[in-house]
Amino acid sequence: MSALPAYASTGQRIWHYTFRYVICGFILFFLIAPILTIIPLSFNAENFFTFTPAMLSLSPEGYSLKHYQDFFTNSDWQQALKNSFLIAPAATILSTSLGTLAAIGLSQSHVPFRRAIMAILISPMIVPLIISAAGMYFFYSRIGLQGTYWGVVLAHAALGTPFVIITVTATMVGFDRSLTRAAASMGADPVTTFFKVQMPLIIPGVVSGALFAFITSFDEVVVVLFLGSAGQKTLPWQMFTGLREQISPTILAVATIMVAISIVLLSVLEMLRRRSERLRGLSPS
Amino acid sequence: MSASTTVSSTSGSSGASGPLTNDGQPLKRSLARALRREKFRALLLISPLLVFILVSFVMPIGDMLFRSVENKIVEQTIPGTVRALASWDADSAELPDEAVFAALADDMMLAQEIKIHTRLGSRLNYDQPGISSVFRKSGRKIKGLDHEAAMAGFIAIDPAWGTPEAWTTLRNMKAWPGKFPATAQSWDNWKAWYLSEEKEELDPATTIPHGFTYAALYHDLAAMPASSIDAFATSKNTDAAALFKNLVGQVDSIPSDDFKAQFADIEKGWAELDNWQAIQRLSPRIVDSYFLAAIDAERTAEGIESKPDNERLYLKLFVRTIFMSLVITGSCILLGYPVAYLLANLSVRASNMVLILVLLPFWTSLLVRTSAWKVLLQQQGVINDLLVWAGVINEAGRLVMINNMTGTIIAMTHILLPFMILPLFSVMKTISPTYMRAAKSMGASDSLAFWRIYFPNTVPGIGAGSILVFILSIGYYITPELVGGTTGVFISNRIAYHISSSLNWGLAAALGSILLILVLALYWTYDRIVGIDNVKLG
Repeated sequence: MSALPAYASTGQRIWHYTFRYVICGFILFFLIAPILTIIPLSFNAENFFTFTPAMLSLSPEGYSLKHYQDFFTNSDWQQALKNSFLIAPAATILSTSLGTLAAIGLSQSHVPFRRAIMAILISPMIVPLIISAAGMYFFYSRIGLQGTYWGVVLAHAALGTPFVIITVTATMVGFDRSLTRAAASMGADPVTTFFKVQMPLIIPGVVSGALFAFITSFDEVVVVLFLGSAGQKTLPWQMFTGLREQISPTILAVATIMVAISIVLLSVLEMLRRRSERLRGLSPS
Repeated sequence: MSASTTVSSTSGSSGASGPLTNDGQPLKRSLARALRREKFRALLLISPLLVFILVSFVMPIGDMLFRSVENKIVEQTIPGTVRALASWDADSAELPDEAVFAALADDMMLAQEIKIHTRLGSRLNYDQPGISSVFRKSGRKIKGLDHEAAMAGFIAIDPAWGTPEAWTTLRNMKAWPGKFPATAQSWDNWKAWYLSEEKEELDPATTIPHGFTYAALYHDLAAMPASSIDAFATSKNTDAAALFKNLVGQVDSIPSDDFKAQFADIEKGWAELDNWQAIQRLSPRIVDSYFLAAIDAERTAEGIESKPDNERLYLKLFVRTIFMSLVITGSCILLGYPVAYLLANLSVRASNMVLILVLLPFWTSLLVRTSAWKVLLQQQGVINDLLVWAGVINEAGRLVMINNMTGTIIAMTHILLPFMILPLFSVMKTISPTYMRAAKSMGASDSLAFWRIYFPNTVPGIGAGSILVFILSIGYYITPELVGGTTGVFISNRIAYHISSSLNWGLAAALGSILLILVLALYWTYDRIVGIDNVKLG
């Protein structure tokens, strides 16, 4: 497949190109087209969800920034944006700090009940969101956290920790233990060793874990829908109600901005992955 | 890390205790201590997160599981009735006796005062449709019940019964509250009622209870053997003896308010046998009724039975959820396999480019992708416009692709496709191209080599991806809610409905518990096949 041999028959050539360009091309189109379609649609001058004749003829009257203007001036959207940026960083800090500590603990060579502990720590990722949301709603209303800022932050932090655990333990796997021993033999205490030797090496894992945790909270809608009150309305929540009730093209503008954010995050993650592999002496692939 | 375990270089072995370390400890003990310390340190690092997850996540899940069987509300709202009803034989084809109705009058008097009777009505209504209106309609009329006949009867026998002192004496007796369960309950109800009505604590030295409590006392006395009353009348407690002296042989002459008939007048539902059977069935604190409802069954006089076909809702929904998840998993395999194959067989540079096309949707917000599909699939949307323009369909024949099963399947296949491609890709990467070459060199055709050599090697990847996609889709909520209409929704949408709209939390918890068990069973399978530690994130 990788390279068609010179002796390939015509049939093989036809199949090779059909497979590569028609079948795979179609599937990749299916994957990417919906996301790409909404980008031009978000510049629609009309309140339609389809391409107007003016847009198709590429005339400038067909395009406008009015949906973006609406997003940046509408108080509902701005409040939602603000809430998202209040909740996600707090949840990220909580889950990253606790998660990194636990991941370091889990990477020690002797951890009693490792499997059971791992199962519990990973469980927020396994349990369907609707069930987590239901349980948290019942439990948090018992203890008065339902409808509060901290309730949402705690819930999001819990949902984000499995990602931190997974990414940080993955970096710890390639970690050379003789480095900490070397530091200790030269008289460094455990705290210095951690910050001077261990931390710089695992930092790519920690940062990508933090990014995952951030995205988890920033994208999360089911739990916040149940746990939050009007005061904690986040961007996804606002999009969800917008899609369910009065669908407005502003949603497409928001969606486009969020696609841009995910492209930035994806590039950062890829950079971190390469850096981490280089640091650990693996050849980047 | 292991400073204390450096073995002394001089001493080889010293007697039976084995080699010694520098500080003179036997090496074995020293090593054991170091190991213990290391274990402790690991646990110390893990414990903050463990506690956090236990409190913020595991306990809520436990709470949900508990709620699916918990049923304290009946006993809390009508405690006296529940107690009196315990001895009633539900199969007797006769209504409960007067003592039960007297207790009900008493309980309802308090319940309607503090406005909790409708809540109980709604709870019972989940299992006994129609009973909530019985409770609702009775609420206000309870105050109009005649309830003073027993009180008058007691006072006629001995005027002392109309004084607060009589009640103080009664409550100081050794037999209180053991032998007067209904009266003691009624006294507590009366205290709570008084507090709610008068906004102040009851002073037992100046007040006598209302007629319902006298009725309860009558039923307690009537249930006792005559010898007990004789014993009270001759007891050493002189106050009590005086109080009960005149009651000997007179209890039967105390008139009753006939609450049974009065309740039947208020609302005919109180004279219906099946309502009472439902109340008795739902009296325990732990019930399986929510689980039965979640599998479309109910407990009738003949035992547990499935509901008639046209009333079955949840089993159908579970079946639909599983069926649609299977379809979505199938389409993910169909679409994911070629892309994963392409990724695994392109040059590193090209495959990285294609990988970005896979990862971009993976990283894009779920709501962005759902809104994209909502926009594309509408009847006035891009896809229909395109088809009309191309002449495939005419203006009137625009396809309905949203708010039904098709919409959910298309959108969810798109959303979950990366979860199929990534595990497949990681498996395919490890398959050496020499296998295929070997097969072909021995004369296999392209398709034979593929099906006999390549495909079997990718089966673990298909398995891992399928279970992952299936688990994710079976619990999906947002996408079906937005593009599923009524025919394309999952069981999770029903759970959400019961939490936020119908407020039947017990049923929501039972449905959630069943879904949770299903998902955990699948994960267990996944762990057996792939191992949970091998979960990779792009």
